[in-house]
Amino acid sequence: MSELHAQTVPFVRDTMLPQQPPPNRETGALHWLRANLFSGPINTILTILGLLIIWFLVSHFWDWFAHSVWNAESLTQCREIIAATWGEDARGACWAVIRERWHQYMFGFYPRELYFRPIIAFGFLFVALAPVLFSESVRIRRIVLIVAAAATLILSVMVGAPLPWLVFAAIVMIGAVVVAERNAPWLLIFSALYPLLGVWMLWGGSAWGELSVLASVALGWLAWRLSVRISPLIAVIAGVAVTLALLLFVAGDAAEDLQSLIPLDITAIDSDQFGGFLLSITIGVAGIALSLPLGIILALARRSDMFLVNKLAVVFIEFIRGVPLITLLFVASLLLNYFLPPGTNFDIILRVIIMVTIFAAAYMAEVIRGGLAALPKGQYEAADALGLDYWKAQRLIILPQALKISIPGIVSTFIGMFKDTTLVVFVGLFDPLKGISDFVRANFAWKGVYWEPFIFTGAIFFIICFSMSRYSMYLERRLQRDHR
Amino acid sequence: MKRTAFLGTLTAATLLGGGAFAAEGDTLAEVKARDELICGVNTGLVGFAAPDANGNWAGFDIAVCKAVAAAVLGDPSKVKYVPTTGQTRFTALSSGEVDVLARNSTWTYSRDTDLKLDFVGVNYYDGQGFMVNKDLGVTSAKELDGATICIQTGTTTELNLADYFRANNMSYQPVNIDSNAEGEQQYMAGACDAYTTDASGLAATRAAFADPENHIILPEIISKEPLGPAVRHGDNNWGDIVRWTLNALIAAEEYGVTSTNLEELSANSANPEVQRLLGTSDELGAMMGLDNEWAKRAIAASGNYGEIFAATIGEQTPIGLARGLNAQWTQGGLMYAPPFR
Amino acid sequence: MSDITAPAQPSFRPSMLIYDRRYRSLTIQVVVFILVMAAAWWLVGNTIQNLRAMGKDFDFGFLWSRAGYDIPSPPIPYTSNDTHLRATIVGLLNTIIISFLGCIAATILGVAVGVARLSNNWLFARLMTIYVEMFRNIPLLLWILIIYAIFTEILPAPSAYRGDDPAWSMILFDNVALTNRYTAIPTLGLTNDPGELDLGARILIDWATIAFAVVLIGGWFVRKAVLAWAQRTQDRTGDRPTTWWINLAIMVVPSLLLIWYFGLHLIPPELKGFNFGGGLNVQNAFVALWLALTLYTGAFIAEIVRAGILAVSRGQTEAAYALGMRSNKTMNLVILPQALRVIIPPLISQYLNLTKNSSLAIAVGYMDLRGTLGGTTLNQTGRELEAIVLMMLIYLALSLVISGVMNIHNNRVKLKER
Repeated sequence: MSELHAQTVPFVRDTMLPQQPPPNRETGALHWLRANLFSGPINTILTILGLLIIWFLVSHFWDWFAHSVWNAESLTQCREIIAATWGEDARGACWAVIRERWHQYMFGFYPRELYFRPIIAFGFLFVALAPVLFSESVRIRRIVLIVAAAATLILSVMVGAPLPWLVFAAIVMIGAVVVAERNAPWLLIFSALYPLLGVWMLWGGSAWGELSVLASVALGWLAWRLSVRISPLIAVIAGVAVTLALLLFVAGDAAEDLQSLIPLDITAIDSDQFGGFLLSITIGVAGIALSLPLGIILALARRSDMFLVNKLAVVFIEFIRGVPLITLLFVASLLLNYFLPPGTNFDIILRVIIMVTIFAAAYMAEVIRGGLAALPKGQYEAADALGLDYWKAQRLIILPQALKISIPGIVSTFIGMFKDTTLVVFVGLFDPLKGISDFVRANFAWKGVYWEPFIFTGAIFFIICFSMSRYSMYLERRLQRDHR
Repeated sequence: MKRTAFLGTLTAATLLGGGAFAAEGDTLAEVKARDELICGVNTGLVGFAAPDANGNWAGFDIAVCKAVAAAVLGDPSKVKYVPTTGQTRFTALSSGEVDVLARNSTWTYSRDTDLKLDFVGVNYYDGQGFMVNKDLGVTSAKELDGATICIQTGTTTELNLADYFRANNMSYQPVNIDSNAEGEQQYMAGACDAYTTDASGLAATRAAFADPENHIILPEIISKEPLGPAVRHGDNNWGDIVRWTLNALIAAEEYGVTSTNLEELSANSANPEVQRLLGTSDELGAMMGLDNEWAKRAIAASGNYGEIFAATIGEQTPIGLARGLNAQWTQGGLMYAPPFR
Repeated sequence: MSDITAPAQPSFRPSMLIYDRRYRSLTIQVVVFILVMAAAWWLVGNTIQNLRAMGKDFDFGFLWSRAGYDIPSPPIPYTSNDTHLRATIVGLLNTIIISFLGCIAATILGVAVGVARLSNNWLFARLMTIYVEMFRNIPLLLWILIIYAIFTEILPAPSAYRGDDPAWSMILFDNVALTNRYTAIPTLGLTNDPGELDLGARILIDWATIAFAVVLIGGWFVRKAVLAWAQRTQDRTGDRPTTWWINLAIMVVPSLLLIWYFGLHLIPPELKGFNFGGGLNVQNAFVALWLALTLYTGAFIAEIVRAGILAVSRGQTEAAYALGMRSNKTMNLVILPQALRVIIPPLISQYLNLTKNSSLAIAVGYMDLRGTLGGTTLNQTGRELEAIVLMMLIYLALSLVISGVMNIHNNRVKLKER
């Protein structure tokens, strides 16, 4: 038997083979190419197709980019320079128009010596958003705050901000970095004050206006606080009534009187001087900020058991979501005057902000409704079990969680709205895309410039929207992980 | 004041309206109280209204705004320009958003009556024409049967075009465009055989081409387009002010009053009409609620009609429009200011 | 026996309207109702007062007056002598056409790109990602303008097709001419024309069109019957009869017969005078808007599709592979049907967005509802209140119809939970 066995097994290896490197086609660039680009006939075709697309784009646009002219006074001059440098038939980009008009694409007609104000206001926006948007990760918040502070200060210096403003901006921004490290929730105070501060910095004028609004709100809160022991309902009514009464009848006069006593004003800017990206960002941020409370109320109303409240919310939301924004903008520019008391007239940017707010509120309501629906039912039951009434349950348990998981949706809504602000051109405002370009082209020197402004504004839109959408995706992933 | 208005509107006071300016009523008093004239202008039209790199508006229509501001407020720079689109312009005026609309708008019957506007005069007599490429070999609009024509939507030119081709039993393919800039782009690329708009606009467009000699403007003018400033119906005094400011500019050219010899003439002109115009005799200003030197200031703002024309759209500018119909009546044109007396 | 009575019902006090849960909701609703009514009354009152002050009225009579403007290639016969109402309908039809075609193309593109982004072809997946991010993060208005400008700049004027040695020649067997004004495509001609059905209001439908529609719809029903029969046979015997050739025959043969009977043929476009004639000239404004809407919405749909596919757990794929299915069958039979449940609700809102975004047509002068009723008509008649209210109502109705139809579809494909 054993002999038989020896014959059937002619060879038995008694040493281990050393590990061999994989064959050439399974390693390195070649393998990567095979696996990722040419793994089958379809993939090979796709790869070739992709290469063709790239080749097509590069071959058509490279020359144009390569022949860029930055220094010229007019399009004709650009054409001459291009013809002189690269030959008669050469086509090239005339970036000189951007060089001459970039400030109008950015700031519209905002006075040049005051550019630092929107820049600082925009920088402060990051501080105000930090405790809300960037609360997920301390590291990211730190980076955002430091980068925002540095960028704001550098840009302010570049546009020639006066020293007091620089010091003010530096104190706030560096202070924010420090506060964020030590006690981040304190930044929420700044977030609450930011709307008034932002309005004051952008529109300028007497700070007493903003301070009197602040005082009205504070007194209203005080009234609520004092009467809340008597009855919560009366307290709410009292608080709102005091605030409104002060705002309507006292604040304006008080502000003027105080202004004459202690002047506290900076150059006032009319809203018709807003334009370009400043206009887009202002409308977008104001729209989102103002639509948030409205959206929360609409979302709660839509989830309410009360038939009438529920149906009204549904009708409102579906109506606004069912019509294009452009028709709402037309309402702002053509019809709002019909709906308001005779003689009422306020500036078109404000009207546009109102309509954009209403528009955004409907979308916001749906986003927040999604957040509310995503909360586990146990949270509602727990709030009920604790004996909290409806508003307390919403305020302490439901909304903080629902809003947090809605943040990515809110950011997406903001991106959508920010892009949609380009539509204001159809009611005669100077959006960066078409409004500014149209009047730049109405200047004889730049008549016929077409592609350069589009590429310039498109690139800026892309940078802003892309970074926001990336951040919101990151946030979404993070929040999802938290809920597992 | 404005700032409280803003805050008021920002908060719940929105509905009650901050800095409200009545749509009806006394526009002159409002303008004076505000110390600023609000002028509705084009969002950008070469030669007529466009802001420069520093945001200063300039142009033929802008000059009217400046003259009115100078006459009423004494300072041509006290104007707020509200850019309006073809669609928002008349609403902006009738809702009281602007005090005067100086936006190359055609004076038509229905606008004057049905839309409740008052056109106070004509500052530019225009007409709709066609521009074609020379290579097309077309010399008359009558040869455009079957052509593709670029046309700005929502303007009277669109209706004129439809009427003209219907009347001449010809067909055409319209390419509708949104703004003048896009029209030029389309025409330049040959996306339309002919581009039609006001003849002044055609001339301005042609002048900006790299090869203006290759494009011709056809001789046919298919419509009358009297362009002029408009005010709200109902406030006749304000209408008078704008009308006579415009007339003052036109009359000044007729009498040889320019921005350079203004002071000299007002001091020692022997012409009684010039004296009345410049306020050295009679009390013409008081009849409209202005002081006596209103017309003098209006002329000083950017010169008389001829000077404005020459500086913004005339033959010395790149746009290079000839006076044509817009010459003084003494020169064979239609500019004819009623007598100042 | 102590008498245990039910706790005494407290008699109704006014304060219970606020503090008692049973009544509170009623109170709130009454208050809300009164507030809403008051706001509506206030708005309407203001409007009436303002209209009176301006000497205007609220009257849709302008819709029956002469429009006076022309619309390029209207879908129904229209001349400048027609009424504003007809112009409005032409605009509405244009809106519907662009939205419908846009939705279809965007869906196809979106699904393809969404799948391609998950492809293991590194280069192609990256390219698709670039496409999606480019279009999602730049305003649609810019894309519309850019695509329109590309058409204008790159394609030749019709005159380039003229002469013995033209600079450009027609493509697809001399049937299609691309120009910077329009794409000239052939129309269908009939040698044996059966006449037209007059629907009134100068809308004519060729009997041949009706015949084709009847045949195709009928064929679709027959095909369903054949499939049901095949299913029954399979249930009974276990063998599924081969049906594809029957189906093909049902769909194709009657149509071929009709084509032969009517003598259907293509009439290619021909250069006449300034322009191509004979065929159908599809304006570039339409094509550019359609492309822009498709590419823009397609990018969003691609993301939705990708998320939907990723939402299907990997085990499903593995199970399908374990059953011996090939990857395209796995995709079609296992992954996509499950992913659809996740995909369809956001897809509906993309369709709605596309329809609403089509109102940007004005940027390229495509005369949609916004261009006719909300554009030239509004401008010529000065009836902004009526025109805008009417326009908003029409858009609202469109949106409701789309979401209604899609919701019905959604309910049908939804996972039936037992």
